[in-house]
Amino acid sequence: MFGYKSLSIKQKQVVWAWGFLALPVVFYSVIRFYPTFGAVLLSFQEWNLLGGKTWNGIENYQKLFADPVFWKVFGNTFLYLILGTPISLLVSFIIAYNLDKVRFMHGTIRALYFLPFMTSTVAMAWLWRWFYQPVPIGLFNNMLAAISIPQFPFLKSTFWALPSIWAPAVWAGLGFQVIIFMAGIRAIPNTYYEAARIDGVGPWTILREITLPLLKPTIVFLVVFSSIGFLRIFDQVFNMTTNDPGGPLNATKPLVLMIYDTAFNAFDMGYAAAQTVVLFTVLLVVSLVQLRIMRDK
Amino acid sequence: MAIEEIKASSGTLEKQAASTGYKDVDPGKVIRWTLLFLGGVVMVMPIVFMISTSLKWPHEIYELSIIPKEPTLDNYIFVLEDGRFYQWFWNSLLIATATTISAVLFDSMVGYALCKFSFRGRMFIFIAILSTLMIPTEMLVIPWYIMARDFGWLNSHWGIMFPGMMTAFGTFLMKQFFETVPDDFLEAARIDGLNELQIWWSVAMPLVTPALSALAIFVFLGNWTAFIWPLIVTNSPSLYTLPVGLTTFSVEQSVQWELIMTGAALATIPTLLVFLIFQRYIIRGVVMAGLKG
Repeated sequence: MFGYKSLSIKQKQVVWAWGFLALPVVFYSVIRFYPTFGAVLLSFQEWNLLGGKTWNGIENYQKLFADPVFWKVFGNTFLYLILGTPISLLVSFIIAYNLDKVRFMHGTIRALYFLPFMTSTVAMAWLWRWFYQPVPIGLFNNMLAAISIPQFPFLKSTFWALPSIWAPAVWAGLGFQVIIFMAGIRAIPNTYYEAARIDGVGPWTILREITLPLLKPTIVFLVVFSSIGFLRIFDQVFNMTTNDPGGPLNATKPLVLMIYDTAFNAFDMGYAAAQTVVLFTVLLVVSLVQLRIMRDK
Repeated sequence: MAIEEIKASSGTLEKQAASTGYKDVDPGKVIRWTLLFLGGVVMVMPIVFMISTSLKWPHEIYELSIIPKEPTLDNYIFVLEDGRFYQWFWNSLLIATATTISAVLFDSMVGYALCKFSFRGRMFIFIAILSTLMIPTEMLVIPWYIMARDFGWLNSHWGIMFPGMMTAFGTFLMKQFFETVPDDFLEAARIDGLNELQIWWSVAMPLVTPALSALAIFVFLGNWTAFIWPLIVTNSPSLYTLPVGLTTFSVEQSVQWELIMTGAALATIPTLLVFLIFQRYIIRGVVMAGLKG
């Protein structure tokens, strides 16, 4: 019998390995790689989901780059990132750095900061949307009214709507960053601090010369992770502007919402695919640039 | 329970103070603690307001009070009598559970194979899987939608969950953890006559349970709150997941914020309860997944 039994141990391992990998190889080919190439191909075609597909070269991209709405959306997407990543990282680091030194009710305080991370984004979007309503409904404006400060437009203002949507995104993600920062701080060997203490170095120098440099891997991870999150923002915007998606006047529209609209409201599949290729490129470039810059430092 | 916790931690504080020998309280430390605590209270305030509003009568919701004057469960009764919330809750639970089981199983299988078997093409497969981490879901939703339409998967549970059945992140995480399992253990089991599937399942898997639970928490939470794909692939309310259902429900209610807050609370409270019960494990899992992944 030339069966499994006649194989050498090494050959048996190969058989087992492909046995373990058979289904996953199919999955990654069909559900990940094939659609990726599908999206790229589709971006050079025109298709309304019903009729036939027609090749139209780079027309989708030309149309996209000539569209002022796209540039507005592109700017918005980066605004979420530029506001979001530095501020949320700075705040979460300050919290983590101090919380690490606190023993009394440490677990409880940590839980308070982490709790928003465990919520559903959609639920929180509606909660904050309520906060932002004008008097007599919204919580924030009611608070302002209680201390006789004029109304604040929040989601109705083309300038303030984006930060209003951005705020709950930062709020919900803060706890995760605090936890990761604290784990990073904990992982720094105590000997460094002891040596510094023996040398009589002050807390600021310790922070600048020991804690921050040794936290670099954690910081790199959080910068890339949170940047990708902000560039892909969608749930919050979609739910907080259901009456005028991405409004007012596209002031809050991020790239993913534009993709969703183009594909599933206008059914302009090729054009939407071109937008997804742009999103992919943006994510790739931003991550690589960030890794580059931070590796050099 | 909270009081016990305070007592317990103040007990350790006293011990600490006693052991280090200082009796006076450092004002800097008190300020630090107070600011941190107040910051934490501010962080949970939105959630508190959501729950408090869900317990208020419509005429009271515009008041700033946190504790309702006449608390009522009417909003909950109204929202639950609708019936759809049960369905959405069930859909979300089913989908999140099924994808979690599948992802944990397959990701650890792949991670194990890539770590413990030597075969030609191992590196290629690993890099290929890892490279899919760079592809954003949003790029895939259009081809997935077309695929689901062609296979008749639109408006089905399977349609919602098929893209998440395996994760590259989990594969990477599990591979990292299987590196810590000594080959001698596996060799010993091989000599005992176990086949490779048995070795993976009954020798290697029990040694990486912390990583398995970390991965499970991440996958479950990710699928429980997933929004864009379930929104695209379903259009009949009976198949909505909780987030998609909540969106529709909230749009319908438009200005009845006490009902919207009740829906939001219903979507949020289960995960909050799970977190409060398993806090320690969840935080450890998140850290593990975050740092190793």
